[in-house]
Amino acid sequence: MDLVRRRKWTNKIALGLSLAAMAFGVFWLAWILKDVLVLGIGGLSVQLFTEMTPAPGSQGGLLNAIVGSLIMVALATLIGAPIGMLAGVYLAEFGQRGWLGSTTRFINDILLSAPSIVIGLFIYALVVARMGGFSGLAGVLALALIVVPVVVRTTENMLILVPNSLREAAFALGSPKWRVVKSVTLRAARAGVITGVLLAVARIAGETAPLLFTALSNQFWSVSLAQPMANLPVTIFKFAMSPFADWQQLAWAGVFLITIGVLAINVVARALFKEEIKR
Amino acid sequence: MAQATMQDGITIASDTAAHAAERALNGKRNRTNDALFFHVTRFFAVLTLVTLVGIIVSLVVAAWPSITTFGLPFLWSPDWNAPAEKFGALIPIYGTLVTSVIALLIAVPVSFGIALFLTELSPRWLRRPLGTAIELLAAIPSIVYGMWGLLVFAPLFGKYVQPLLGGTLGKIPLVGALFSGPPLGIGLLTAGIILAIMIIPFIAAVMRDVFEVTPAMLKESAYGVGATTWEVVWNVVLPYTKVGVVGGIMLGLGRALGETMAVTFVIGNTNLLNNLSLFSPGNSITSALANEFQEANPGLHTAALIQLGLILFILTFLVLALSKWMLAKMKINEGAVVGG
Repeated sequence: MDLVRRRKWTNKIALGLSLAAMAFGVFWLAWILKDVLVLGIGGLSVQLFTEMTPAPGSQGGLLNAIVGSLIMVALATLIGAPIGMLAGVYLAEFGQRGWLGSTTRFINDILLSAPSIVIGLFIYALVVARMGGFSGLAGVLALALIVVPVVVRTTENMLILVPNSLREAAFALGSPKWRVVKSVTLRAARAGVITGVLLAVARIAGETAPLLFTALSNQFWSVSLAQPMANLPVTIFKFAMSPFADWQQLAWAGVFLITIGVLAINVVARALFKEEIKR
Repeated sequence: MAQATMQDGITIASDTAAHAAERALNGKRNRTNDALFFHVTRFFAVLTLVTLVGIIVSLVVAAWPSITTFGLPFLWSPDWNAPAEKFGALIPIYGTLVTSVIALLIAVPVSFGIALFLTELSPRWLRRPLGTAIELLAAIPSIVYGMWGLLVFAPLFGKYVQPLLGGTLGKIPLVGALFSGPPLGIGLLTAGIILAIMIIPFIAAVMRDVFEVTPAMLKESAYGVGATTWEVVWNVVLPYTKVGVVGGIMLGLGRALGETMAVTFVIGNTNLLNNLSLFSPGNSITSALANEFQEANPGLHTAALIQLGLILFILTFLVLALSKWMLAKMKINEGAVVGG
């Protein structure tokens, strides 16, 4: 009787702790989001989207940083996504057995979680040190390197989900392999592959570490890829670490824009993917 | 969508049947295209491997001046003196390891609780939204955690929590040394806590996924002989998924070691190590890089920083490889059970 009671109590305590852990997790999410929303919305203004980053103590906005971030994220996706898709196609369609497929898959998964600051160092040693200066181009390359593993992983996963009977039906009609992949498997997995690209965009939109030694930042308006390029994350880093209230205010507004953007992309990607699963 | 593709295929088939000569030509062209397609996709797969080799080679080359100057003692030398050009990695390595250990100590039990809640306790209608909330927490960029940690969390932590910890745990002999010193708000402990908040979603998501592969029959058998929910999780689910759980923890550790922004904001960025207190500010490999690299002189200082990056990369590579290997083993087990 005593044993039964003790087991029941252990169970109750353990489950109570589990509930507490869940509440703990949700508590931080709610607290962080609340602060980002309240402080971020407080920093929103028209100036934010029309004026350049200011000197300390004066008024200004984040226009150059926003535009710089958009340019770099767009170019990095344009470079990284096709590379990732092609490598993912190889892994799913040709690399199911053999050493090259399994090695690539293993290395890709490591690169997926590798510290992004090391990617920044790599591009610094490869591009910045050689070209003799920080540049938007170096930033784009660093971000593209982060896009590739994300897209490789999702593309492969999505292609594997396509039933083999679809491939076999297409082969039976005499289609060559490239055509089967292009018109059958990739088309069937389209939504999933797009989801992967969106997740990659969400990932690089907030990346700061790889930009510190590549694109650096720029206080002024510049859309030249050969010059240091302003971007939201590094600007936020600089402004938030400063003692100036104006700058911190702008940093909160910037963090608000990034968080909303990243969460929105994630929600869209999820919705897209769910649609695909339903069909 | 599939229908359109089929029609496409049928058109090709009838066309080729009608024109034998064209079919031969088409066949040749298709074979060339297929070979081209194969080689192009393989090229990009190989490119991924080359990237890894490239990262290691370029970091070794760029760090070479520092590697040859300081040799192995670089790993345990506590000097970090830029004007005197004397560099050692002890303080950054210590900071990285200590913050990651604090993060794991907090994150592992919490993640386990969350995974347990999501798989066994939560009402069915709540599982989806709560799971999504945890996954969204993982999507928030680390700079948000870092900035929030510096401007919101650290002041509160220094004002209320640190004096409390110093007054209670700080009085215990031996352990007290960890919780002594002035409550600055920022420091190693704060960095570890912010890191923990960041990696909880990663570990919890993996744990939930591996818990879900436990065959229902195993669990139901245990429930059938009268086990409580906790006994089922502790004695059936956890032993069954052990390897996967450890793999998930290693994945979180890999993230924690390499995390930059969440740490740089709150660790304090000082190259001092004169007491064991977790309240004191410090430096991690990533925060040293983020703060010093732009201003470093080309030459020995830059090379030493790049060597720090190389050490970090090797460390995370090993941890992530181990994690990957364990999670892969988990999948094999799962396959074996389904097959049997």
